[in-house]
Formats: sequence, C-alpha cells, structure tokens
Amino acid sequence: MSEDRAAAKAEPSTPSAVLPPTARRVDLLLVADMVERGARVLDVGCGDGALLELLERERGVDGRGIELSREGVNSCVARGLSVIQGDADTDLGAYPDDAFDYVVLSQTLQATRHPRQVLEQMLRIGRRAIVSFPNFGHWRIRLQVGFAGHMPVTPNMPFAWYDTPNIHLCTIRDFVSLCEKADIVMERSFALDAGGSRVRVDAPWWIWNLFGAQGVFLLRRGGVPARRP
Amino acid sequence: MAFGADRPLAMDAGVLLAPWQIAYQTYGTLNAARSNAILVCHALTGDQHVANIHPVTGKRGWWETLVGPGRPVDTDRFFVICANVVGGCLGTTGPASLNPATGEPYGLDFPVVTVRDMVRAQALLLDRLGIDNLFCVVGGSMGGMQVLQWAASFPERVFAAIPIATACIHSAQNIAFHEVGRQAVMADPDWRGGRYFVDGAKPSKGLAVARMGAHITYLSEATLHRKFGRRLQDRAAPTFSFDADFQVESYLRYQGEAFVERFDANSYLYLTRAMDYFDLAADYGGVLANAFTGSRTRFCVVSFTSDWLFPTAGSRAIVHALNAVAASVSFVEIETDKGHDAFLLDEPELFATTGGFLAAAARARGL
Repeated sequence: MSEDRAAAKAEPSTPSAVLPPTARRVDLLLVADMVERGARVLDVGCGDGALLELLERERGVDGRGIELSREGVNSCVARGLSVIQGDADTDLGAYPDDAFDYVVLSQTLQATRHPRQVLEQMLRIGRRAIVSFPNFGHWRIRLQVGFAGHMPVTPNMPFAWYDTPNIHLCTIRDFVSLCEKADIVMERSFALDAGGSRVRVDAPWWIWNLFGAQGVFLLRRGGVPARRP
Repeated sequence: MAFGADRPLAMDAGVLLAPWQIAYQTYGTLNAARSNAILVCHALTGDQHVANIHPVTGKRGWWETLVGPGRPVDTDRFFVICANVVGGCLGTTGPASLNPATGEPYGLDFPVVTVRDMVRAQALLLDRLGIDNLFCVVGGSMGGMQVLQWAASFPERVFAAIPIATACIHSAQNIAFHEVGRQAVMADPDWRGGRYFVDGAKPSKGLAVARMGAHITYLSEATLHRKFGRRLQDRAAPTFSFDADFQVESYLRYQGEAFVERFDANSYLYLTRAMDYFDLAADYGGVLANAFTGSRTRFCVVSFTSDWLFPTAGSRAIVHALNAVAASVSFVEIETDKGHDAFLLDEPELFATTGGFLAAAARARGL
C-alpha cells in the first residue's frame, strides 16, 4: 500500500462525517421507504449503523454493512449489527453476483476514489442499488463558486477544500448522464431541497439540479428488466 | 474424559490413537434445550483453565477478561467448555502420556498432530457430553485456527464463530519462528532425541530459549519500548558482562523460566507443528471460500492493529472468503499497541464488540 493510500484510508469517509445527522435522517427514511420488507441489504459506508438498525427494525431486512472508520464499525458490531471494516473501492469485489437485493450507498459516492466502478460493483452484487449524494449543482453552491469565488461550504458539505473527504463531487445532471453512459436504469429518483423536503416530482431536471440539495436514486442494471424482489 | 480402544481418535497422520483422553473444564449451566454451549479453544501454550485458578501456577484463568460471570462470554448465561488440545500436556493425551505399546511416554513416537485432529477430538468430547450444537466457538491465535476449522468441518454444529487474531494459513515467517523455537529445544543436550523422560532430565534451557523468542513475537516494539525501553535492571550502569543488564532481558529470562515449569518440551514441538501445517484452503481445492460454502454460521472476525504475528491482512482474507459465499460476517480491527497478546489483555473494544455480537447472536438463537 502506498503512503498516500494509507493516509487516505485513515481519513474518515463515513456518511456521518460527510453529512450532519439531521440531513442524513431524512435521507435514511427515504432510503428505507424504497426497500422491500425482508430483503437482503448491504449498506456501503454504513457509518454508525443508523440505517441498518432502522431497516432491521422497521422492514425486517437481513442487513450487512461495510464501514471504513474503525470507530463506526466497532460501534455497529457492539450493537449486534453485521458490519465489516472495509472500503467501498476495494472490498465490493469479494462478493458474488446477486448476493443482495439492495446495495445502499448513502452520502458516500462522492468520497470514493472510483465512483463509476463502485456503482457498477454495487449493481453486480445487488439486484438494485440505492444511491444518495449531495448535489453540487445546487444554487447556493453555484453562488459560492460563481460569485463569491470560493469552494462551497454548505450544511451538506461542511468541509473546507483542504480537509474534505469528498473527492468526486457531482451534480444531479452529472449523475444522470453517468447512469446513461453505464447503462444503469433509474427506477425512481428524488431531489431533496435544503430543508429535506422533496422537490416537485413533475419538475424538469434543471429544476432538480438547481434546487435539489441532494439526489436519491433507485437503480438497476440496464438490459433485462429486473423482477421485484 | 477417557476413550477406550473401541473409540479411537482417527488422526491426520494416519494413526488411530487409542486409548486416549481429553481433559476439560466447564463453567455455567447447560440449559434444558442444550443450546447455550460455548466452546473456548485455547492457544499454543494455553490450556483448559480459562476462568479458574490454574492448578500448576496458582494464577488466574488465562481468559478471565473475556470469560466469566457478567463478561462477554457470560458464564451466568452460557455453558462454557474448554478442553486441553490433543498433543497438549495438561491432561489430554500427548507426547508425555504413556504409550501402551511400550509402557513409557510416547515422546516422538506420538503421531504428529494437526488442528483438524484437535477439533475432531473436541467433537468427540461434545458427542459424549450430549451437545449436538454449539451456540458459539471462540478462540484466539491457534484457538482461532480451531474456530475456523470447526466452522469448516462441522458447519451445522456451529451457530456462531469468533476467530480472533488468527489466520486461515500459517505464514512462512511464522513457520520460521516456530522452527527456531524447535531447534532451540532440540539443541539442548537434555532433550535426548525427545527421550528426556527416561532419566528424569528436562530440556529446560532449550525450551526457555524457545519461549523467549516466541514471546517477542507476541508483543510489539511499542509495548517493549513502553514497558522496558533501555532501562537497566537493578543497576546504575552496564556491567560490561553478559548479565541481564537490561530490564527487557531480565523479563524474557523470567518468561522462559516460568514457562518450563508448566509446559512439556515435546508438546511444544508438536503444537507448533500443528500450527505450521494449518492451511485451511488447501483442504478445499486451494480456494478458501469453498471451506465455507453454504455456511449459515454467523462470524465475528477480530484483529489488532499492532499484531505482526497474525496481521489484519490475514483476518481480511477470511472476511473476503466469507463474503464470497455471502456468509454473515462482522469484522473489527481493534486499535492497540499491545501486539498479538492483545487478545488476552484488557481491551475494552474487544469486550464491547464480542459482547454485542454474542448478544445479537443469542437473540437470533432464541436464548
């Protein structure tokens, strides 16, 4: 392992570190709402295990987690959750195809080294993927970069440029075009505004991209339509 | 527990060992459903005295930090069993036991032991105790190897497994350390080709050197520095001799001397050999995941950051193999500077994670 890799590993990229707890809560409920009862779920970057706990309690899922930070993992396992210390970029490859009904990546995509590969791995090992991320196209961010001329710091991304774990930020529009390029089908999608409410469903993409503080997507592989689990 | 000529132990070396016996301790009470048994597997120089005063040394049980009333392996709740391994020297048949064919101790006539043999012997003990299924198997180091072997050999008998500070294969470096230890024993003139029992001699010097070398591998540079640094032992200045000037020398000499009081030299040869031969994947076509195919056991794998004898990478290989068969697995790496020995020491994170894992597993088992 090279030194910079070791340093990168030591950096926390837990969702709880990427997003303040209140913003994550809303996102958790939305994600939980998309998961079918009794499903097999892998939460990648599961942080303190809040989503897994919610899913196990409310939806009776068979939940597993991967988390980079040692503290996060230890607190999950101590609470009886089935979580391993690992890295979205390197540890998804070990799982077999279709091992899960859902693979969740909540507020972590922008902190991975190879977001496209991570997405593709998620849709290999899971029949569906649920991805949420902060939208870099939000109007406040555009204002900060465009008019104030500095890297944006927002409630969703509360880090200075020099110590942020977010190395691959994207807009909702960017994400949609990656899905098209990688032959990934968006089954459902939402944009949440800064207050955590859903942006109007029938609004055009440019509205979402401007007023959505975060995007939440339910994805499946292109090609053959997948059966509901 | 004694097994007669009609109940031999079939060993990997191709030998039927009979008669043979296995010494064990139990703690707590077996419930009516016989579903709350936890098997503790001991490490290289451990024994069955997990949580009671040791009959030879008078010291406390070697894993009282983890096992006992109110501890993560709670003896108020679970029925805990620990048996001395085959090849050991604390009651279970080993090289110091009498060979019925000759009327004197086996010595090197004892068949070479493997981790599979140890597990097979434990399974026979459990059969005799009427315990079909274990709620959990837990162990560190060589004990962890037994845990993995249990999960691979008897998946249907193991509900949960906690392999700690271990690996599914003994590395070249670890075999090398063991070989140095064995050569130290064999170089002692009192070893006498393993027949030291004939005239009451003991290869204490050689065994002590083996223990001193091994003991270093159980620690870490940080621990040695913190405990001893370059401090001198009861003297103000170096003596310009080969006395134990440094505290660390004095400590290692003491560890060596204390060890030979309680351990048989030939047992040390056999048990280090058993670890050397451990390569779980080799028994499954070279693919570790195949050892766990279809396993419904819940695993909790634990490693320690400063353990250079069984580094985290080895635990991660186990986790990847378990992921490959979509087994239920938790994996924690615990931050500590105490090296391999950390699994025996007061590590709150170890207790929190294993305790949480066991509590969740107990709920799933309906205990």
